[in-house]
Amino acid sequence: MAAPAVRMFRRVEGLFCVYKPSGVHWKLVRDNIETKLLKGLNAAPSQPCPQEVRFLAQPGGDAEAPKGLTLSVASVPALSKHPLVTGPEFQYLQVGVGHRLDAFSSGVLVLAVGNGNKILNDLYRTRITRVHLVFHCLGSATDDFSHMGHVVERSTYGHITQDKLDRVLAMLQGANQKSLLMYSNVDMRSQEAYEMAVQGLLGPDGKSAPILTGLRCIRFEPPNFTIEVQCLNETQKYLRKVVHEIGLELRSTAVCKGVRRTRDGPFTLQDALTRHHWTASDIMQAIQQYKSSKKNKNYSRSKVKEPGLHPLEENTTDSHSHSDR
Amino acid sequence: MPCSFFLCRVTMASSCAQLCLKCRSLLCSKTVATTWQHSTQVRHCRTVTPVITKVLNGSSFFSGNHRTSPASQRWKQQMFCYSELSVKHLATEAKEDKFKEELSRADVVAYKSPLLPVNEIQMPLDLDAAAEFSALEEITHEEAVSISVPAAIPPSSTSLRDYVDKSETLSKLVQLGVNLWKLEQRPNVGTMLLKLDFNMDVAPRLLFLKHIGVEESHIGYIITHNPFILTEDLESLQARVNYLKSKKFSSETVASMVSRAPYLLNFSVKRLDNRLGFYQQQLNLSASNTRNIIARLPRLLCGSLEPVKENLKVCEIELGFKENEIQHIALTVPKVLTANKRKLTQLFDFIHNTMKVPHHLITKFPQVLNTKYLRVRERHLFLEFLGKAQYDPDLPNYISLDRLVSLPDEIFCTELALATLEDFYLFQKTL
Repeated sequence: MAAPAVRMFRRVEGLFCVYKPSGVHWKLVRDNIETKLLKGLNAAPSQPCPQEVRFLAQPGGDAEAPKGLTLSVASVPALSKHPLVTGPEFQYLQVGVGHRLDAFSSGVLVLAVGNGNKILNDLYRTRITRVHLVFHCLGSATDDFSHMGHVVERSTYGHITQDKLDRVLAMLQGANQKSLLMYSNVDMRSQEAYEMAVQGLLGPDGKSAPILTGLRCIRFEPPNFTIEVQCLNETQKYLRKVVHEIGLELRSTAVCKGVRRTRDGPFTLQDALTRHHWTASDIMQAIQQYKSSKKNKNYSRSKVKEPGLHPLEENTTDSHSHSDR
Repeated sequence: MPCSFFLCRVTMASSCAQLCLKCRSLLCSKTVATTWQHSTQVRHCRTVTPVITKVLNGSSFFSGNHRTSPASQRWKQQMFCYSELSVKHLATEAKEDKFKEELSRADVVAYKSPLLPVNEIQMPLDLDAAAEFSALEEITHEEAVSISVPAAIPPSSTSLRDYVDKSETLSKLVQLGVNLWKLEQRPNVGTMLLKLDFNMDVAPRLLFLKHIGVEESHIGYIITHNPFILTEDLESLQARVNYLKSKKFSSETVASMVSRAPYLLNFSVKRLDNRLGFYQQQLNLSASNTRNIIARLPRLLCGSLEPVKENLKVCEIELGFKENEIQHIALTVPKVLTANKRKLTQLFDFIHNTMKVPHHLITKFPQVLNTKYLRVRERHLFLEFLGKAQYDPDLPNYISLDRLVSLPDEIFCTELALATLEDFYLFQKTL
């Protein structure tokens, strides 16, 4: 019979995502979540102290051996099992982090508890698309590509229109799509390549250079504009460099004011938990939600499966993102 | 040869007695354990023990040997005690208290003269005596019941849970609510607790705490955070309490200060005086105001003064507050004196430069300096998004700073922002 705390722990194992606020290191977020989960797990009612039976002889005051047997039985709680002596039932939790976000950016951060860490490994070895919103400010360039760095150059931006921006973005996207084909280890002239392309399975396996599979301008109000980027294998610093390069292509300069991740594979902004919801019960709810949504996806996908091809479960997220575009 | 065999048994016995000194204050069952082991070993050399018992009965022992050197006397005493023990085990007399007395004597004597006289003296032994006691002989029920089974307590352990059932001090502490698990993580605290005797050391100090007015439910908390209060001298504790009372702290205040800052009474009168003087001088406060601050945040007296000095300098130079403003802030929110410098600066930077709140308004509502940076940031940005971020009391639609930071989320949303809680959470995801 498992203790209530252990049963609660079984429910907490899995994947969920949180919204990381900007200015906070991801490790602090992870530690905070671990502390809150431990607090919730240890608050579950613990089992009472087991009783120990002890026989106590009657104290004999005189010097002679007592005649006859007088023993008293006492059932005392065994204090060695008391929670104040043994400590809380759960002292450490394995909480793993998915793709990391640096301190400057904010957005969806995937975390895994306990057994979920193994799923996390598998999930991230395959191709998962991430969607970021990158905020730009035209007119200056800094040394670390963000608006808090040391300004290196200033320029005008009056000549930039939405049209020019779209053209530059399309060109970048095209170049990146080509590199997508290049990094997949398939001969471009084969039937296999065609079938993979139809399925949307072309792409690099594992680590490669960052590739932006989609670029789209969402808002354009000079000097600020926002771009939605869908990418593979990127880092936030690379995205800020892309901002700088876009500025250069537009014959001006740009700095990045913020990076926000809105989607990481199957986890979207909708499911992300804000700071006020980082409690054990809310996290359990989010994990149950993820598990049930995964079951639904499996069920619907098994109907669509074609004979002769064995698409991996994770790769369909990639195909979803392609169809979204 | 049997003589040297027996002697080496005794040396082993005494070396094990040294081992058990690590948990010296345990109940005598521990010594029972070691001596039981050795008396059983002793029993194996059957030729020897009955000789000793024969020799030691009555005064024949002393009449037999006329050596008067103190070493031999001590050895004789030791021998006497050890074989007394073996006699007691074999004869299985049920004398609980007298038994313990013998054991404690054996413990003490063994400590005093561990190894030295044992090798010196040769005793004449009668090798032809047959074994009197065998392990398979039948004994009566009384004798069976009074054989005490030694508890398997390890001589040293990394955790206090092996000793808690056997030690009176530890069980009483657990019943008071002391978190032993936390205490055993600290180096040397576990050994110190085991060495304490409940009636001699712990009880007088608990009574003292109760006497100064500390509630019983708080005693567990105090000892968990400061176990060294149990080793402080009672006179010095009383002297420190008297000093605080002489500075016109009432007894309830002193009790509450001790409950909230467990290390308070460990500091000498001189140090307490030094600190009280520092706060009074630096902040230029009257005596009653200083008392007020210290009573609300007693840990100001416990920690070091350097961070406080740095914080005061930061407030004056970097943040640009005037002296009377700093006084007012410290009086309203004493926690600012021990706040983290970097966080304080970050928070002030946001409030003053981003929210455009002037110094005099911050002084009027010093609670804003006590909040978390992220909280202030998300609430301010939400209000700005809604167009309601107006902190100037002269203009309409004014939002007071203390309500901004101290209200819980739902009330903040409904009253100040006039929006729903879900909107607030959705907005947070866009930051």
